[in-house]
Amino acid sequence: MKKIEAIIKPFKLDDVKDALNAIGIKGMTISEVKGYGRQKGHTEIYRGAEYVVDFIPKIKIEIVVGAEQVGQVVETIRNAANSGTIGDGKIFVMPVERIVRVRTGEEDHDAI
Amino acid sequence: MDTGDTAFMLIATAMVMVMTPALALFYGGLVRRKNVLATTMQSFVCLGIIPIIWVVYGYSLAFGPDVGHFIGNFDHVFLKGIGLEPGPYSATIPSLLFCAFQLMFAIITPALITGAFAERMKFTAFLAFTVLWSTFVYLPVCHWVWGQGGWLGAMGALDFAGGTVIHINSGAAALVAALVLGKRKGYGRDSMHPHNLPMTVLGAGLLWFGWFGFNAGSALGAGPIAVLALFTTQVATAAGALAWGIAEWKVQGKPTTLGVASGALAGLVAITPGAGFVSPVSAIIMGGVAGVICYLAVLVKSKMGYDDSLDVVGVHGVGGIWGALATGIFASTAVNPAGNGLLSGNAHQVVVQAVGAGTTIAYSVVVTFIILKVIDVVIGLRVSSDDETQGLDLTQHSEVGYDL
Repeated sequence: MKKIEAIIKPFKLDDVKDALNAIGIKGMTISEVKGYGRQKGHTEIYRGAEYVVDFIPKIKIEIVVGAEQVGQVVETIRNAANSGTIGDGKIFVMPVERIVRVRTGEEDHDAI
Repeated sequence: MDTGDTAFMLIATAMVMVMTPALALFYGGLVRRKNVLATTMQSFVCLGIIPIIWVVYGYSLAFGPDVGHFIGNFDHVFLKGIGLEPGPYSATIPSLLFCAFQLMFAIITPALITGAFAERMKFTAFLAFTVLWSTFVYLPVCHWVWGQGGWLGAMGALDFAGGTVIHINSGAAALVAALVLGKRKGYGRDSMHPHNLPMTVLGAGLLWFGWFGFNAGSALGAGPIAVLALFTTQVATAAGALAWGIAEWKVQGKPTTLGVASGALAGLVAITPGAGFVSPVSAIIMGGVAGVICYLAVLVKSKMGYDDSLDVVGVHGVGGIWGALATGIFASTAVNPAGNGLLSGNAHQVVVQAVGAGTTIAYSVVVTFIILKVIDVVIGLRVSSDDETQGLDLTQHSEVGYDL
């Protein structure tokens, strides 16, 4: 079992969600986050005063899948989220020890 | 009494009233989200405070029988003698309506100053300031210009709708307030950019709308001068909005929404003293120049290092001074027999306008300084450093603007 965390550009969320639905991913959690990497921030101007905004809005998607699906999911996200420009984001994969479905108590693969 | 004039002035009065909540929106959007309610409150509560003062003694001191060309006397306290018949200030409308119209001006003027000390003043100190400033600065200056026997009006200063009384006066007070209170905590280090510009632009739009009541209503009747004032207001504001936008486009590479909205306000301020005295073409020049010089004034502010949070000095002070002088340049008996300016061969008018502006600034600066120093000793002007960090909404009013 693996957790995939992808940081993407907000406007790519619908493309990524549709692409993941198309390969049978049935659930995900998203959050609005802020951050910066090589893209850096941007400058805003208010009445002549310049403000450098370091942190820019991104979307974080979290998905948990079986180990055998990881390659396909990562590839799908990468294709859908790619705009070819700096700041497209990153994908992290990490191990998951245990999963419990709250309603039924099912565990691990049955609970995905 | 004229029912047409009365109907028009009823509506104009209500339109000027809207300008104060509009200013609350304008200023509220410009501050950080933790101070949106406190800033809104500082404008809005003036709608509560000033009418009471006005009835008890304000109208009497501003428009009562003259004492030494400086202030009115107490003949009209509690509006004694102000009734539903036409009076000395209003030949065609009830005295009480003139009193109501003037009240709306008295409300918005202290509210304008709040932009200079936004995000750091104690609410109690603000209340004391508003009462004292209205009493000792607004009422005398209002009497000088508009009260019968007031020395500035008698000297022949042209101020159609209150450029001196309202904008120069509040702009000068704003400069003093910004200097006496000092900078906001973290000024120049932390980001203090506006938290809700759509709200600010909505406020600017409503101010523009209300200003037709302010300027056209200052004709005190539904006649040709009201039409002239409405028209010059529209085109001066248009030119101001465009000029500020174009100026920042050239200097910074992009035109901003806030810039265009601020330019509109600069145009409104500049045309106020001249609205009923100049031609529409002159109004475009007055508004356009205002857009550029107010923008430059705001740029200079960041170099000077005082923290006039919402640019009251740059917009109302500088725009007001320009408007007063420009009225002395562009006034023409071709549109209004009241007076000629420099371009119509009366260079002396510019001198009169400058004296009016200069005296108002000097008086406002000195008395505002004294008032602020007294309040600082008795109550303390600023909130504590912790409260400032936490925000005035929570620490002064125990509420928050947004629960999203």
